[in-house]
Amino acid sequence: MLAGIELSAAENEFVAIVGPTGCGKSTLFHILAGLVMPTAGAVHLDGRDITGSTGNVAYMMQKDLLLDWRRVLDNVALGPELAGEPRAAARARAKALLPVFGLDGFDDFYPSALSGGMRQRAALMRTFLCNKSLLLLDEPFSSLDALTRAGLHEWLQKVCADFPRTVLLITHDPEEAVLLADRIYVLTRRPATVKGIVEVDLPRPRDHDTVGDPRFAELKRRVLDLVWEERSE
Amino acid sequence: MTRRLVQRVVAPALVLLAVIGLWQLVVRGFDVKQYVLPAPSSIVRRLFESWSILLPNLRVTAEEMLLGFGLAAAVGITLGVVLASSPLFGRSLLPLVIASQTVPVIAIAPVLVIWFGYDILPRVLVTALIAFFPLTVNTVAGIRAVDPEHVRLFRSLEASRIQIFCKLTFPSGLPYIFAGLKVAATLSVIGATVGEWVGADRGLGYQIVTDSAQLDTTRVFASILLLSLSGIVLYLLVAALEWVSLPWRHSARARRRLALDAPRVFRMRPVNEGGAPR
Repeated sequence: MLAGIELSAAENEFVAIVGPTGCGKSTLFHILAGLVMPTAGAVHLDGRDITGSTGNVAYMMQKDLLLDWRRVLDNVALGPELAGEPRAAARARAKALLPVFGLDGFDDFYPSALSGGMRQRAALMRTFLCNKSLLLLDEPFSSLDALTRAGLHEWLQKVCADFPRTVLLITHDPEEAVLLADRIYVLTRRPATVKGIVEVDLPRPRDHDTVGDPRFAELKRRVLDLVWEERSE
Repeated sequence: MTRRLVQRVVAPALVLLAVIGLWQLVVRGFDVKQYVLPAPSSIVRRLFESWSILLPNLRVTAEEMLLGFGLAAAVGITLGVVLASSPLFGRSLLPLVIASQTVPVIAIAPVLVIWFGYDILPRVLVTALIAFFPLTVNTVAGIRAVDPEHVRLFRSLEASRIQIFCKLTFPSGLPYIFAGLKVAATLSVIGATVGEWVGADRGLGYQIVTDSAQLDTTRVFASILLLSLSGIVLYLLVAALEWVSLPWRHSARARRRLALDAPRVFRMRPVNEGGAPR
């Protein structure tokens, strides 16, 4: 499914992976998360080989995967709770962070009461609270409407500035990739390899003004070119 | 709110009253013989007349029902969990469990009496045998309905198998299990009654057999009324337990509109504009 992909991310770097549907991006993430053992190759984190071992990265999938029967606070504190941290301590830590994630006052609500954007922020908060240095985001905003998504893009940059983490983002939206990432890997179809790398050197914070910037358009164009080149081959 | 009250309480009550009223009119109007079909008013009168006979019998049957239901719940849920969690057990045992359901329990009941005597045990076993199956099937369905992506999430967070079961699989299957428990509750009335028909010297089922032999149809109906009421009570107990156990299905904190009406929404900070409540 994957053939010779070499990816690297520096500490606190935001890396986006763009590729055609079904190219094996999610398989790549499963390998990085240790859920799937690769037939060849290795995963290194901070100089350690973590191939096939779970618990090293925090993972957020396309669906928010909130547990319906848990209140917001218990949902976002899931990671520490599973890691054996006392529930009260985990909840207290989570509660203090609710305002940052725009969930202030919603701690005792159930997920069914939240809007799509709020659910996604809760899922992201759960991912951040896992206290891992590497975050894997698998198309986290693809199920949201355009306006909600635009709001979350700006907000995610703020959160990443406040809580520095290395982030790998899978997306099939070139604009999202250019807006959020420091570096973009464009993948080919199956078996996937790296088609090209685009460095994004736009100043942060990037917002809707950035989208109008000619340099933004140029970078987006380069990503799209790589994607279309792949399509037409 | 008032409309909901009319739909959920007043309307069914009116239908019930109409049926009872029609019954009363037909019996009185056509002068139906008491031993063929007693009027509702005679049934209620007979119920109070025979209270001292019926009450001890009700106690016996209720005990069988509760014990049988408890046994069915324990065995049914455990079996369901085992069948759903282990592919080996699932494949080897499930066909056997399903096949066992084609054996009419009423046919096994006399054998159970031969084995365990005229004790409460065979009747409890008959009750449990009749009640456990839908619960097992529902538990299997509930456990299997867990979202594999949720399992992946838990695994990526290094959850142990026990943690995955206790914090994910079981709670997500709980609504299915409660649906099974409700069916089991109504079935245990049937089980207890059938158990008494086959071999008992006490209980409402036994009383029905004796009374119908003497053509005391009115008291048979009084016993049926008590059986039906005890089934309803057990069902309501399960429904209450469900209400308490699954607050996320009815709590105001789980309802979108109420959540948005709550004043605390307006205290949200400006960072939220992306997820402004729709």
